[in-house]
This record gives sequence, C-alpha cells and structure tokens, in this order.
Amino acid sequence: MRHLMSPLDFSTKELEKLFDLANDIEKNPKKYEHICEGRILATCFYEPSTRTRLSFESAMTRLGGKVIGFSDAASSSASKGESVSDTIRIISCYADICAMRHPKEGAPMVASEKSRIPVINAGDGGHQHPTQTLTDLLTIRSLKGKLDNFTIGLCGDLKFGRTVHSLINALVRYSNIRFIFISPEELKVPDYITDMLTEKQIPYEEVIRLEDVMPHLDILYMTRVQKERFFNEEDYVRLKDFYILDTTKMALAKKDMLVLHPLPRVNEISVEVDEDPRAAYFKQAQYGVYVRMALILTLLELV
Amino acid sequence: MLNVGKIEEGFVLDHIAAGKSLSLYEHLQLDKQDCTVAIIKNARSNKMGKKDILKVECDINTLDLDILAFIDHNITVNVIKNGEIVEKKELVLPRQIKNVIRCHNPRCITSIEQELPHIFYLADADKEIYRCKYCEEKYTETAK
Repeated sequence: MRHLMSPLDFSTKELEKLFDLANDIEKNPKKYEHICEGRILATCFYEPSTRTRLSFESAMTRLGGKVIGFSDAASSSASKGESVSDTIRIISCYADICAMRHPKEGAPMVASEKSRIPVINAGDGGHQHPTQTLTDLLTIRSLKGKLDNFTIGLCGDLKFGRTVHSLINALVRYSNIRFIFISPEELKVPDYITDMLTEKQIPYEEVIRLEDVMPHLDILYMTRVQKERFFNEEDYVRLKDFYILDTTKMALAKKDMLVLHPLPRVNEISVEVDEDPRAAYFKQAQYGVYVRMALILTLLELV
Repeated sequence: MLNVGKIEEGFVLDHIAAGKSLSLYEHLQLDKQDCTVAIIKNARSNKMGKKDILKVECDINTLDLDILAFIDHNITVNVIKNGEIVEKKELVLPRQIKNVIRCHNPRCITSIEQELPHIFYLADADKEIYRCKYCEEKYTETAK
C-alpha cells in the first residue's frame, strides 16, 4: 500500500505513468466513470480549503465513487481531543482512501503510519501540498508537451510559498531547467533552495522586477504578494505593482509563454489577462481534477 | 591528580569536549543502568587542553552508541574487556535518532500530539544536518 506525502514520493518514471493516465482520463472520461463504484474517499479536512476539497470530491465522484468527510476541525472528533492516529484508524474502517488536510506539519504522515488505507497529503501547514505540485507538473506537461528544457519564472512571495518550494524541488529532477526568481528582497526564495540549486549546478537568477525578465520566460508561475508580509506599508506600496501581471507586461512575453497560478488570485493577475490564450490558470484547476483522479486510481491499484 | 581505577568490561569514552560529559550521561540514559560510572570532568589533555572522560562498567552490548556520534563524533570510544582495550570504535552518524532531541517547530504535529515520538533523520551527512521526520524542520544546536 502506498501513500502520497510529498511530490518526490514518486519517481519521474512513476510520474510519467500517472500523467499519461491523467491525460487518458481527460480524453476518455467515459472509460473511467464507473471504475470506483463501491469505493469511498474520506476527505478529512482539519482546516477549510474549498477548492482542494471539492477537487478531490469531484475526482472521486467522476470515477463513480462516493465521498464522506468533514471540512473543518470543529466538526470532527479532533475538537474532542482525538489524535490523528486514532482518527485514521477509525476512518480506515469507513473508507478505502483518505485525503487529509491539517494545519500541523507532518499530520498526514502520522496518519499514514497507522492507516490501513492509502493516505494523500492534501496540505499540511506550510510544509507540503503534493497534489498542487502534481497539478502544476501535469499542466506544464500537457500544455508544453514536456517537463524539461525551459525557463520558468516564479514570481511573488517566494519565501513563504510552499507551492513554489515544492514545484522547484520537483522540477530539479528534469534536465535543462532554468529558474528565474522574481520577488522583493523581503520575500526572496530561502537560502536552502538556492544552495541546493548551486550544488546541483542548476542555473538560476534572482530579480526584483517582473518586466525585466518577461521576454525570457517559457512559463510564468505567479503567486500572491501579501501585504502583511511586508515590514512597512511604504515598501508594499512601492513594490506591489511590480508583481501585478497585466496586458502591458504580457505584451513583453513570448507568444507561447504559459501563465500559471495555484489560485486563488486576488489582484496579482489583472482580469484582462484571463482572455489571453497564454493564461492557463483555470485550465490548471481542471488538470487538478484529472491528476487527483489518476492518483486515486493509482493508490487504489485499480489501473 | 585524581586517580580512577581500571574497569574490567565496558567503555571508556575519551576526548569528550570539556563540560559535555553530564549531558552525555543523560543521553546515554546511564542513570537508568545499574552499573559503575566514573565522570571525569576537565581532565588535562595535550590535544584539547581540557576534556571530559566517561568510564562505564557494563556489558558492551547494552549501550546505544549511535547517540554518541550524533552528539560529537570526535569522541574516542575504547571498548574494554578483561581490563584491556580490545577495540577503538569509529563513530558513524546514525541515520535516524528517536526521542533524543525534540522538534521545536511550533507548527509540527509533534507540538500538539504529546505521545508521538520525536524522530530525526540524517538529511545531509556531510553537513551533519538532521531533520524532523514529520515537518522536516532542521535541527539546530540552539534548540537542544
């Protein structure tokens, strides 16, 4: 029995298989609509996350399975002081697979150690969110046709953004990837990541202004710059526009560049960009369902 | 000059950094062992200036030496049998240590579930970096 705790739990070869399956589901949804009949997914969400939870629920429902679960800790037995280990032992009696989100880092791993069913980490605090990374990789692979030989710009909050850290760690396994980190000084990518890139001799660049690098990018991964991350209002006001993607900045980009965003966006991508064919963030949400479908099938060993 | 006699069977842990022997005593859980222990603090050392030494008279299979390597791999471990040194053990960093150090990350699941073991794995042997198995927070000396 396998679990998914980190995107690195799967080898690149296993990921290829998973993504092939996701693409087949995309092309032939009918083929898969009854495959999980009689199976139950438990969504154990100790903190609210509408999109991730609904994406999992949609995935299982589209496979013909059923879903049970809770959507915040207050409505679960955790509010009575039950441990994660005990909860998963009980859930193992009720369901065939579990997607768990928890505000504490490592909680899904604790669950996986006691579980009799596969556990998927659906986000544990600021630590990991592997299905988001799988979604990002599938989107890139499906729309670019490859996961190597490109320049990716990661823009916004690169210090605290777990999706960014996870994506970098996943992409370094592919060849000839060049990273450009676009962020204010306060929100630069942590040292341990740049150290790792240096050690692996993977080229990267750190810049402050998005428009300076737009023409060089094959993929632009946007994240939100939150006001509360800044030490003072003045810096925020001075810098925030550097990180808002609008049609003027898009005009500088390659014709086939992709814009990704883990969503929700607030104002970091202007709505006028939504109509640009290079805006792929809503397609990304769709790929999130396909990859979760493929993951459920893989972990349940139904393919 | 203080004289501490020979031991028949056990370990002589030499070249312990001065002042560290008591913490080693605790980590090795020698207080829970029914054996003779000599703690020599601030002994003169040509190599180190001052050093600590621990002499432990016990069955040589009863001590978990992994923890020694984690604390200080420069410690010399002399294995004693019949009053003589029969082996000098080389310390190798353990791949995993359990309930020796605690994770101090307030966001880690171990911070709220008290019964969970505190397990750290060796993430980088060259840089001697250990990370919490659950949250991957790096262990730092200051958090000891």
